[in-house]
Amino acid sequence: MNSSFLRFSSITKKIWMAFLGLFLMIFLVVHLGINLCLLRSDGGAWFTAAAHFMGTNYIVKVFEIGLFAGFIIHIMLGIILQVQNWMARPVRYMVSNKTYTPFLSKYMIYTGGIVLIFLIIHFINFYFIKMGWVSNVHTSAEGEPNFYVIAQELFAQPVYSILYILFFIVLGFHLNQAFQAAWQTLGVNHPQYNTCIQRFGTFYAIIVPLGFIIVPVYFLLIR
Amino acid sequence: MKLTLKIWRQKDAKSAGKFVTYALDNISPNCSFLEMLDILNEQLIEKNDDPVVFDHDCREGICGMCSLYINGRPHGPDDAVTACQLHMRKFHDGDTIVIEPWRARPFPVIRDLMVDRSAFDKIIQEGGYVSVNTGGAAEANNILVGKENSELAMDAAACIGCGACVAACKNGSAMLFVSAKVSQFALLPQGQVEAKQRVKKMVRMMDELGFGNCTNTYACEAECPKLISRSNIARMNREFLCAKVS
Ligand code: SF4
Ligand code: FES
Repeated sequence: MNSSFLRFSSITKKIWMAFLGLFLMIFLVVHLGINLCLLRSDGGAWFTAAAHFMGTNYIVKVFEIGLFAGFIIHIMLGIILQVQNWMARPVRYMVSNKTYTPFLSKYMIYTGGIVLIFLIIHFINFYFIKMGWVSNVHTSAEGEPNFYVIAQELFAQPVYSILYILFFIVLGFHLNQAFQAAWQTLGVNHPQYNTCIQRFGTFYAIIVPLGFIIVPVYFLLIR
Repeated sequence: MKLTLKIWRQKDAKSAGKFVTYALDNISPNCSFLEMLDILNEQLIEKNDDPVVFDHDCREGICGMCSLYINGRPHGPDDAVTACQLHMRKFHDGDTIVIEPWRARPFPVIRDLMVDRSAFDKIIQEGGYVSVNTGGAAEANNILVGKENSELAMDAAACIGCGACVAACKNGSAMLFVSAKVSQFALLPQGQVEAKQRVKKMVRMMDELGFGNCTNTYACEAECPKLISRSNIARMNREFLCAKVS
């Protein structure tokens, strides 16, 4: 898979990168919807129902494959593009570049890398349990893992919650740059839409991470 | 003005280079940057030293030969000008100025501050032209061109091929240059005939030569002396996608 990726032209790789990035942004909203169920004081009824639906519905399972492929290809392309970019300048400048560029736009690989670390932790905490690869003490009557209790326990740890919040702030910066960049890569750049795209990207990059952040804040401070 | 210059000196493509420091006095703020280097070179020649080699030709911002990375910015601290049009009044008395050659794998240093930019010529050879039959010139108004497109094509054609976009980009990407060349034809009816082949071949050559991949930092646009817009990059992406799927 790797070598065929390399043979793709730079623009083809970028277009896939952009397309998959936008796809992942849609998924994030769905995930946020489920997470916000945690805020209801119903003993986790809604959250568990949502988790049960996501774990058992066949259509969701098909999407899940697409989602994993999306993540993996997006990450792999990001790494390949970056390595090629490092190779494009074997001798570096003595004076680092002073050109004005949008905030953190030069550091997408790093913000992306931090998000990847979070993703791995998240997988170990939730997905591995769902697949039964990691032992788990909280199971419901039907033998399904009780993610509501697991989430509650994790958020009760201040270190975990604070890291979680920091990760989402980084994700916000990643997405703020990513959204408009994706449209530019897909060829959508017109004075009529540019401001709108830019503003929506920033709005999304603030609102969605904030939505995720509310949950640990609620568990840490309010509960 | 009194200046300290730190200049990259490299004997030839194979030797290792290093920075050499020079002190310069009595420089008029009205000097152009290249004239300031001329003064330095005269002093070096008088001392029987090798003059600093740097590319230049027109010295009026139209040929694209001058190519100096000055204090961390291609073409120096002024916006929308080439190094030859940069004046010493943009600096302060007592400043230290670091001058480096363009750095990118496809632009190897030939000597001192001079790099080999024939990689750009190779990209142009892949499709930066329109094929026409020679003979009696046809009536120009036979092919109508909309005002908006003719303006956009003209803006794209303003690219002088200096390579500052590559030098500024953290990825050494040539997307701004290639997209300007693709756009100037894609916007005009004369360019349509070879449009699909052009974009595919030029992009393939750009990749083969080892230029980096665009990551949308827009440093190219910020440093381009001819203010080539990144909308050209979006246009090239569109052209490329359409050429690939159709
Ligand atoms: S796009 Fe601008 S910076 Fe790049 S080669 Fe053309 S004129 Fe120079
Ligand atoms: S010398 Fe011709 S553009 Fe600078």
